[in-house]
Amino acid sequence: MLTLECPYCGVMADETELAPGYEAHLKRFGAGSSDADFESYMFARKNPKGVHFERWRHAYGCGKWFLAARCTATLEVFGTYPAQSAEPPAELQAKIKAKRPGWEGYK
Amino acid sequence: MSTRLATGGRLIDRGVRKSFTFNGRRLIGHEGDTLASALLANDQMLVGRSFKYHRPRGIVAAGPEEPNALMNLGRDDRLEPNQRATTTELFDGLEAASQNHWPSLEFDVGVVNNALARFLPAGFYYKTFIHPRAFWKHVFEPIIRQSAGLGKAPKSRDADHYEQAYAFCDVLIIGGGVAGLQAALTAGEAGKSVILLEQNAHWGGRAPVDGDMLEGETAEEWIKSALDALATMKNVTLRNRCTGAGVYDHGYVLANERVADHTPGDGRPKQRLWRIRAGHIVTATGAIERPLSFAGNDIPGVMLAASLRDYVVNFGVSLGDRTVVVTNNDDAYLTAFALIEAGLSVPAILDARAQAGEAVLARAKAMGIRVEQGRAIAKVKGGKRVTGVQICLQAGEGAPIEEIACDAVAMSGGWSPVVHLWSHCGGKLNWSDHLSAFLPDLARPPLGQDGSAMVTPVGAALGVYLADDIIAATKAALSGQALVEDYAAKAPAIPPVWVMPQGAPIQLRSKMWLDYQNDVKVSDVQLAAREGFESVEHAKRYTTLGMATDQGKLSNINGLAVLSKALNADIPQVGTTTFRPPYTPVTIGALAGEARGEIFQPLRRTPMHGWHEANGAYMEPVGLWRRPYCFPRGSETHEEAVIREVNNTRENLGLLDASTLGKIIVKGPDAGRFLDMLYTNMMSNLPVGKCRYGLMCNEQGFLSDDGVVARIAEDTWLCHTTSGGADRIHGWMEDWLQCEWWDWKVYTANVTEQYAQVAVVGPKARKLLEKLGGMDVSAEALPFMQWADGVLAGFPVRVFRISFSGELSYEIAIPASHGAAFWEMLHREGAEFGAMPYGTEGLHVMRAEKGFIMIGDETDGTVIPQDLGLSWAISKKKADFLGKRGQERKHLADPDRWQLVGLETLDGSVIPDGSYAVADGTNENGQKNTEGRVTSTYYSPTLKRGIAMGLIKHGPARMGQTVAFNKVDGSTVQAKIVDAVFYDKEGAKQNV
Repeated sequence: MLTLECPYCGVMADETELAPGYEAHLKRFGAGSSDADFESYMFARKNPKGVHFERWRHAYGCGKWFLAARCTATLEVFGTYPAQSAEPPAELQAKIKAKRPGWEGYK
Repeated sequence: MSTRLATGGRLIDRGVRKSFTFNGRRLIGHEGDTLASALLANDQMLVGRSFKYHRPRGIVAAGPEEPNALMNLGRDDRLEPNQRATTTELFDGLEAASQNHWPSLEFDVGVVNNALARFLPAGFYYKTFIHPRAFWKHVFEPIIRQSAGLGKAPKSRDADHYEQAYAFCDVLIIGGGVAGLQAALTAGEAGKSVILLEQNAHWGGRAPVDGDMLEGETAEEWIKSALDALATMKNVTLRNRCTGAGVYDHGYVLANERVADHTPGDGRPKQRLWRIRAGHIVTATGAIERPLSFAGNDIPGVMLAASLRDYVVNFGVSLGDRTVVVTNNDDAYLTAFALIEAGLSVPAILDARAQAGEAVLARAKAMGIRVEQGRAIAKVKGGKRVTGVQICLQAGEGAPIEEIACDAVAMSGGWSPVVHLWSHCGGKLNWSDHLSAFLPDLARPPLGQDGSAMVTPVGAALGVYLADDIIAATKAALSGQALVEDYAAKAPAIPPVWVMPQGAPIQLRSKMWLDYQNDVKVSDVQLAAREGFESVEHAKRYTTLGMATDQGKLSNINGLAVLSKALNADIPQVGTTTFRPPYTPVTIGALAGEARGEIFQPLRRTPMHGWHEANGAYMEPVGLWRRPYCFPRGSETHEEAVIREVNNTRENLGLLDASTLGKIIVKGPDAGRFLDMLYTNMMSNLPVGKCRYGLMCNEQGFLSDDGVVARIAEDTWLCHTTSGGADRIHGWMEDWLQCEWWDWKVYTANVTEQYAQVAVVGPKARKLLEKLGGMDVSAEALPFMQWADGVLAGFPVRVFRISFSGELSYEIAIPASHGAAFWEMLHREGAEFGAMPYGTEGLHVMRAEKGFIMIGDETDGTVIPQDLGLSWAISKKKADFLGKRGQERKHLADPDRWQLVGLETLDGSVIPDGSYAVADGTNENGQKNTEGRVTSTYYSPTLKRGIAMGLIKHGPARMGQTVAFNKVDGSTVQAKIVDAVFYDKEGAKQNV
C-alpha cells in the first residue's frame, strides 16, 4: 500500500487512489520502425531491483498522470514529477545519485 | 486434576458466574475468564485431538500461540471453527465443541493413526499416495479429504455484521504491555498523535503476573498510573481487544478489533477492521515462550511455564496439585514460586543447565523447593493426562535416574521475541547466541516512504527482558536516542537446549513434539534433513512444521534449531521461514466488512432502471451496470421473451435502453489529428453532421474497442464506445494526451452518464417519431449515418441515424434528467405501433443476424480487425495510428490466421458456446487438432434456425464447405461456412 505525492494536486495519495502505468520514459516507435526498436518499446522492460521510474495516474483524484522514482526493493520513494517530462528533473537525479551511489542513471 | 483455587485470580470476578457448554456439557466459569481458564477450572484438560495421529491434546499456552485448544464456537449462523480457547473471553451461553475426532473426544477412532505413527513419518503422503496413479482420484483423495481439516465450516450465512474504519496517526504502538504503555506516554507527552493497540481485554501484559517492580511501584500500580496519565492526553487513543495483524508498505497497518465477540447479538458489529496509516510504527509485541523437546511433551498436563503461571495468578486456576518444572532459564522458577505461594506442590525444578541463576536458586532454596541442575525429563508418563516424569541427565542419552509422580509439567525452553510485525515489510533479524533467539536488527529496518526506518521495536520484542531496562530503553527509543546499552546482553543468558536429553535415541526423539497441531516431531525434521530438504522453507512444507493455525509461533525456532543441527549448520545460516501477515487469523467477514449483499460493489443505474425493475425486466450485469436481458411477460421463459422481442422489433417497433453506451467528447484544434491516431480509420475528414463506425486497437495491433463517431462541430467529435469500455477508453485517451502528445491541444470529457440514450428500432420507428413531432426525421432530412439536434414531443434531443440491428433505427440521446420521462412517453405514444422494450439478448441476436461483431465476443485480445473482415475500416493513407506497427508484424499478416465467417448447422441446431472446429489428426499432447472456434452462437428467431459466427482457418476461402464442431456430450455437429451477414445482406431495411 504505497503512498505517492501527486505533483499536480499535492495530495499524498494512497495506492487505492492511483492506477499504475508501468515503466516510464519509454520511447514510442510507430509504423515503419525496425523490429528491434518496436521490441524495445513494446516488450523490453528493465524490471530492476532498485531504482525504478514508473508511471502512475491519480485516477481517483485529479485524474493526472505523473511519474515516480521508487526503489523496488525497499519501496523508498525518491520523488514524483509531471508526466510531461522528457527526463527526470536534474534535482531528483542528483538526489538519487547521492542516496544510491551505484545507480547507473534512468536510461 | 485441574481446578479452581479457593483464592486468587486477578482478572476474574468470583461474584459473577457465567454458564457455558463444552461438547454439550453445561459448565460454570466467572466473569473475566477465558474459555481456556474456565475449561481448566472444570477439570477439562482434554480439549482436542491432533491433526495426523489424533493424539489427545490439552491446553499448552495462555495466548494466541495456543495450537491445541481450537474450538467450534457457537452454532448455526454464528458457528465459527478453529477459535482459540485461550483468547476467547467467556460469556453467558457460550457454546464450544472440540474438533477433529470421531465419534467423541474421549474415544476417537482416528487414534489408530497414533499406533501406526512409525509408518506415518514426514512426507508420508508424498511417498505413499503416488502409486498406482489411478488410485489417487478414486481411493486416496476421497479418504484424505474426509480426514483433512480441523473445524467444520459453517453452512449458514453469517448472522453478524462487520465494519471497517480508517485511522491516521503520528505513532502507532502495537502491544499494551509495559513497553507499549511507556512508548505511548513518551510519544504522547511529546505531543504526537498516538494510537495504542492491545490484543487482550486488559492492559499491562505479563508484568503483574511476573511480579515486576517498575520505577518503585508494583506492576499493577505502575500500569494504573500509566493508564490514568494516558487518559488525560487528548492526542492518545487506546484500543484494547485489537490485534495489529499486519504491517504493509509506507506505514500501512491492518488491525482487527474484536468488538462484540464476547457479547454476541448485542447489535454492535462483531469485529472492526482498522486500516491505519501511521507516520511511525512501534512494535511492543513482547515474546512467546518456547516448549522444550522431551518425549511426551504433548501429553495433556504439560504446559508452558509462564502460561501455567498466568492461569494461577490471573484466573486462580491450577493445572495440577503436583507440578514438575523443567527449564533452561531462570524465568520458569517464577512459576514454581507462584505455585508454592498458591499452596500447591512443586516436587522438583529440573534445570537443564549445569548452573542456574544465583538469585532464583537462593529463593528456591529458601522456599524449600528441590532443584536438580543438569537434569532433564527422559519421558513424561501418562496417556490422556500426565501421571509422572522420568528424570535423566541432560548430557546423557535418557537412562532414567528417578521417577517423580506429578499431574502437571511446566516447561520453558526460553523465549522468542515476537518479530512478526517487524519482519512483515522487510525488517531483518540477527541471531543472538546469548538469548538463543532471533532479534530485530535495528541497522536493517523496514523502510518508509522517505527511506527512513518505519518500525521501532521496543521491550521484549527487541530482546529487552528486564523490567527497568524496558522502561529506560523504550523512553530512549521513542525520544529518538540511540540505545546506550546492549540491553539484550544484560538479560540472563538462555543457553540452547533443543533436544532433551541431548543424546536422546530415536525412541525418545519420535515422541518429542515440535508442532503439536500438525504432529511434527523432532524425528520428522531430522528425517527431512536426511532426505535432502536443506532449505528451511522446503523442510517446513515437507514436514508441515509451522503450517498449523498458530503458524509456528510456538515452535518454529525449536524446529529450525533441530534442522540446523541435523544439517550441521549454524542457525543463522539456516534462517527462518518468512513471516507473513496476518499475525493471528483475521476472519473473512472482517476483511469483507460492509461489502456484502447489495453493497458488495457499486451499482450503476441508467435513468430508466426503475422502469425496468417495475416492468419485470430480467437484469444482467454489464460492468457495474445492470441491463435488462429481456422483459418476460406472463409465464414466458427468457428464451420465449427474447424471440418475441426480436420478432416484434423486426416487424413493428422495439425500444432499447442504450444509455450505458460510452459517450466521450473530444474537442480542440488537434482533436481530428488525435482521433486519426486513435482510430484505425480516418476521423478528421468526417463532415460535421455525419457518423462513422470506427475501430480502436492497442499498440500490439489487437482490437480493443469499437463504436460510432459523430462529428458535432468543426473542432468537436463525439466518440461512442462499448458499454463496458467507456472508462477504459477515456483513460486510454488521457494517457496518450498527457504522456505522449502533451503539446496537442485536445480536451476530452466522459459524458456517458450525462445522457440517456434510447434506440427506437423497427419498420414503424419513423412513424412514432413523426407522431411525436418537433423535428424532421424523414429519410431526406436525416439520412442513414447522420445525426441532428432537435425537439421530439417537447424533449430536447440529439438523434443519430445508426443501426445495430439492421432495422430502420434512431438512437436518441437526451439529457439524463429527461431519460425516464422520455422513455415512458415513447412507450405510451408507441403503443399504437406495437412498441415493446427489448433487452440485451435481443440486441445480441439481431446484431449477430446482421454479422456485426461484438467486442468481447468476436475479440479476446488476440484478434486483429483483419481477422474479422474489417480491413475496410483500416486506413491505408495514414502514416501512423495506434496499432499500425503492431499489425505489421509477420505473424499478424499470416494467411493461416483464423478468420471470421458465418456458420449454419446442417440440422438447424445451435452450436454450443465455446465450441471448437475439430480438424484431422492430433497434436503432440494427443488432443484433437482444431481449425477454428465459435465466437457468437444464437437461435435466430428471424431465420428460425441456429446461426453462429466463428473464426475459421482460411474461412472466407472455404464458403460452402462444412466443418465439425464439438459438443458437450462428445459428439460433433456439422456446420456450413457461409457469409456472416445472415439477414438483409444489402442493408435495405436500415437505409430507408
